[in-house]
Amino acid sequence: MSAAAKVMPRRPGLRERMREFAGRHRSTTILLGMLAITLVLPFIVLLPPFSGFLTQNVWVEQFNTAGIYILLVLGLNIVIGMAGLLDLGYAAFFAIGAYSYAAVASQFTGIHIPFWPWLIMGAIIAALFGVTLGAPTLRLRGDYLAIVTLGFGEIVPVFFTNSAELAGGTNGISAIDRPSLPFDVNIAGQCVTCFSASQPWGFYITMGLILTGVLILCYRLQDSRLGRSWNAIREDELAASSSGINTVTTKLLAFAIGASTSGFAGVFSAARNVAVAPVQFGFTVSFTVLAMIVLGGMGNIWGVAIGGFTIFVVQQVFLPQLTNFFNSVQVPILSDIDFVQYQFLLYGIALVLMMLFRPEGLFPNVRRRRELHTESAGAEELVSPDEATPEV
Amino acid sequence: MLRRLLRTAAIGVALLVVGFALMYAMVWFAAIDKTPDKILSLATAQFFNALAAGGIYILVAVGYTMVYGIIELINFAHGDVVMVGAFVAYFISFKFLGYTGAIADPLLLLGVLAILFLITMPLLGLLGVGIERFAYRPLRNAPRLAPLITAIGVSFILNNFVQAVVTASPVPTPQLISLQSRFLVFGASIPWLYVVIFIVSLGLMAALQLFVGRTRLGRAMRSTAQDREAAQLMGVDINTTIAVTFFIGSALAGAAGIVYGLYYGQIQFTIGFFVGLKAFTAAVLGGIGNTVGAALGGLMIGFIEVSAVVVGLPRWSEALVFAVLIIVLVMRPSGLLGVSTAERA
Repeated sequence: MSAAAKVMPRRPGLRERMREFAGRHRSTTILLGMLAITLVLPFIVLLPPFSGFLTQNVWVEQFNTAGIYILLVLGLNIVIGMAGLLDLGYAAFFAIGAYSYAAVASQFTGIHIPFWPWLIMGAIIAALFGVTLGAPTLRLRGDYLAIVTLGFGEIVPVFFTNSAELAGGTNGISAIDRPSLPFDVNIAGQCVTCFSASQPWGFYITMGLILTGVLILCYRLQDSRLGRSWNAIREDELAASSSGINTVTTKLLAFAIGASTSGFAGVFSAARNVAVAPVQFGFTVSFTVLAMIVLGGMGNIWGVAIGGFTIFVVQQVFLPQLTNFFNSVQVPILSDIDFVQYQFLLYGIALVLMMLFRPEGLFPNVRRRRELHTESAGAEELVSPDEATPEV
Repeated sequence: MLRRLLRTAAIGVALLVVGFALMYAMVWFAAIDKTPDKILSLATAQFFNALAAGGIYILVAVGYTMVYGIIELINFAHGDVVMVGAFVAYFISFKFLGYTGAIADPLLLLGVLAILFLITMPLLGLLGVGIERFAYRPLRNAPRLAPLITAIGVSFILNNFVQAVVTASPVPTPQLISLQSRFLVFGASIPWLYVVIFIVSLGLMAALQLFVGRTRLGRAMRSTAQDREAAQLMGVDINTTIAVTFFIGSALAGAAGIVYGLYYGQIQFTIGFFVGLKAFTAAVLGGIGNTVGAALGGLMIGFIEVSAVVVGLPRWSEALVFAVLIIVLVMRPSGLLGVSTAERA
């Protein structure tokens, strides 16, 4: 026996084995990971620093809203991060999803269609609107698309505000049906199949399931032929179309799939808030979601999801707590500041700084980073003319 | 020179006549009482309304079109620059000079207006140069998405800075030119203010045309817009030229802000958004990159907006303008006076 044969390959450690498993069975990993997160989150908030802020049920309620934002972030990430189309009116599809459910499941029209099938219908309706808006505009240059979507995002709430007979005007539609299940399951004194204001667990579990599904879908799309076409279009549309990619259809699909996720989020949020009103769907929603994506790292699915979750918790929980804290301790200047009021100012500053200093986001997508740091990509023609030619 | 001037004037007058005729037809359709006298006076009133509104959009649209022409960036923050201009004008006229309403003495009024324009416009110009220097210049060679996102960030910073630091509630601005001083034409009594707005707007446009067409810097601007690298090889200082473009565009936005306050008598931190969207539509309508086109587009947007009021749908004016934007982009993306540019991804 030679010495070389004796050197056995080192038994891979737990981490490596986990990583290998995750690489091979990505969907299963997402399923297990989401299961773990969904189970652990409600218990983490019982621990000291978090339990001081809010009670467990309120935390869970906040997680549900966070889930809505993460859904929006994942959908917009397909449009901006993967396909590179700047959609600034994303909240419009959110509004369309929400209003579609409000119209078919409330006293307002007298129709009562159950929640579960409409979850799919809402997504389809939003996708149809995505196609309707995209079809004429996606042929245009990228920055025109930005302004058209910006306008669309602003016009949709105006439309709902102005049409009192169709959509309830400024007050919107209230008393929307909650989802229901034909059976009751109680675990540890909490009704986990209830969908009421005091019992947010049913929504929590539903959101966990939706997010798991959408995450698996996103990852599968990313590596599919379609996902690679999106990347190609994002990086060079002309080259992509020369390589045989039908750019219009491909971009339209990005728009439709992104919008459908938003439609999901809309139906869910309408059922959870029991009311829809135009003010919920203003430009601030689109902007918040955009900030989440830019901070998280455009194109990186788990990065944007974490970015979304973090910003949401900071915005909804910590900024109000900070305001309360400084109010209670009576520090001269700080106690007068309402920190929530400054949040969009902070987002704006964060957005500009991120673009200037770390355009790839906090959790960068590898390919995206190379694209944004053109100098490290080593392509001569991408070097700026300012640097390439001496000062005259 | 004189012939060109006369030709331009003739085209302008012809356009205004067509606009008046369209307005007359619109009022005739919408009116219940179709007495010719009444329709004529109503149409005249709405015509001057449209001129005033159009005058504001012209000033804003020119800023969009100049910036787009030179660095191909949609400056989302431009509408908010107008809003800041309106607030600066408010602070000067109300806080520093202490005026709350109309000034009767014409000489004094002229002086106050001159101070207002002479301070606000350079201040806003500097704001624009600052924005360009810190937010756009570092990204000049980055992928297209990056400066667009920065522009939105800047827009939000301006917007929320005014909201959080200055005030979130609507502010009544001093209407220095009294709405009561009017003149009669075709049986309609028209405030002089509307005419003043339109003349200020046209005057600034004419000055801009002279600057771009007749000065060294203007030529540098045109050449940079045409081909940045070639301009640089010819010895044009690109950074200065782009900074000057931003200065002029933002100074005009400042003028628009002053005029906005005089016209509407009330400002708020949110006004920038729709002014910006409509002015951008105007720029696209006229052919983006073309300053004369922007003026034409601004005037048309003013007429469209007033038409929405005439036919009884004032709340839908934003939606109408947006519909126009989509139709123009689909049917003729290069705009009315624009030349079609090649796709640059």
